[in-house]
Amino acid sequence: MTEKNNNKNSSVYSLYPRKLKMQISIVFFIIIAFYFYSLSETGSDFFKLFIDFPDIVKKMLTMFPPNWDYIPAAIDPLVETIQIAVVATTFSVLICIPASLLAANTISTNKYIYQTTRTVLNILRTIPDILLATIFVSLFGIGIIPGIFALTIFSLGLLAKLLSETIETIDTRQLDAIKATGGNIVQVIWYGVVPQVLPQFISYGLYVFELNVRASLVLGFVGAGGIGTIIDTQLNFLRYQNVMAILIVLLVAVIVIETISNMLRRRVV
Amino acid sequence: MNEILPPKPNQKKKRLRNWLIFIVIGIIYVWAFKGVYERADWSIFNNLAEKFDRVIPRLFSPDWAETEKVWGYIIETIFIAYAGTLIAAILAVPFGFWAAKNMVKSPIWNTLGKWILILDRTFPELILAILFVITVGPGPFAGVLTIGLTAFGMLGKLYAEIIESIDMKVVEAMEANGANKLQILFYAIFPQVLPEFLSFALYRFEIDIRASTILGLVGAGGIGTLIVIAAANRNWEQLGLILFGIIIVVSIIDFASTKIRKRLV
Repeated sequence: MTEKNNNKNSSVYSLYPRKLKMQISIVFFIIIAFYFYSLSETGSDFFKLFIDFPDIVKKMLTMFPPNWDYIPAAIDPLVETIQIAVVATTFSVLICIPASLLAANTISTNKYIYQTTRTVLNILRTIPDILLATIFVSLFGIGIIPGIFALTIFSLGLLAKLLSETIETIDTRQLDAIKATGGNIVQVIWYGVVPQVLPQFISYGLYVFELNVRASLVLGFVGAGGIGTIIDTQLNFLRYQNVMAILIVLLVAVIVIETISNMLRRRVV
Repeated sequence: MNEILPPKPNQKKKRLRNWLIFIVIGIIYVWAFKGVYERADWSIFNNLAEKFDRVIPRLFSPDWAETEKVWGYIIETIFIAYAGTLIAAILAVPFGFWAAKNMVKSPIWNTLGKWILILDRTFPELILAILFVITVGPGPFAGVLTIGLTAFGMLGKLYAEIIESIDMKVVEAMEANGANKLQILFYAIFPQVLPEFLSFALYRFEIDIRASTILGLVGAGGIGTLIVIAAANRNWEQLGLILFGIIIVVSIIDFASTKIRKRLV
């Protein structure tokens, strides 16, 4: 914004005024300095990466060829992963409807309810999936049920945010019109809000499903079911060729799901 | 009057299609719920109160003595996310130009650029993290590379979309004035796209903070390492502190980033 404003006020002779140049240089310098600091803190050494390149290739080759015989063993966990994702997406879609209505200022006119729902959803969204999965596993024990709970909560925050923002941008005159003809709040939502947001809603649901398939990879590592479980075991046994086979299966599944989901989304919106 | 109106569209086909969609979705749901029902271990709901009683109070009484340790790991997570995002933000610029329709004349070449970005986006973070941990060894560096490579796909796509939406008249005007490619880049394209580039890079940084929490699962550094250890040791006080720390830090970063992004665009 500063850039645009200063451009308007600047003289005809100089495209960028000196003050702006100074500001940008300082910001740029800070960004780069922090970058090098974080590189050193994380022990990143790209120079070493290039020197060790033959070594890295050698390690990479330990994963090849993938152990194709292992693939049948990976199919069942993959199915489990997808089933978990479907169920979790369904739950979060159902819960997100009331949550996002309460968190949209076009529907929820009570300021306190609105702010409280928003804050709760914002806090939910800050918690990463791995932490949710860990907490649910520690609460319930190992199994796919905590995994489903974790994914539900994880996608709920995201979905409710997307949906409530969509509801906030709808044409409120239609809502007023229904209210004026004596419609109650359910009728306002059903005839005023739903037709306006349904395409986006379906699109978000599919998007969250994709995310859930990816996120359920994490679940297995903390004991919450899915394909991550076998990746974790095979990694611990250092069976890199098996790991590679699982990863390939997973990648194919992700690509197929995303292609279908993209196709559907393009038709819906 | 009625004859002027066009005939009503044939609803039969549409209804059939809707029923088909309905049935397919129904089958998927039955399959998924049945699978989950059979796989799930329902016995975990027994003595739930006892389990909750054992964990929840300890989760909400964070062990403040370990603040320093947890903070160290959170800082490491931020560093990983920052370095990774910056690498991705820089790497995504040439690829964004490559995948933008109005910058590349040959459609085949352009589609190739788009495909590389799509291919990159399909890789889940954890897969790349596993590959990097195996190749460059465990540690935060593997995390930086993972974040850099995953973020680059999404940023490249967003950058390409921004470049496609610029005002080409400015570019044409400069071309007509005899400006060379570099001048066009610096005076016609960059001023139009840089604020949005920065804004999306910041947005991606928010995502990467969350993404780099899971890297620890496979030994690629960050707070995930500590989460796994705390859960394995049943150290719920420490887990509570991690939860608290992550909520605070992520909230602050999200808030700051949103503020900056609002000013940028």
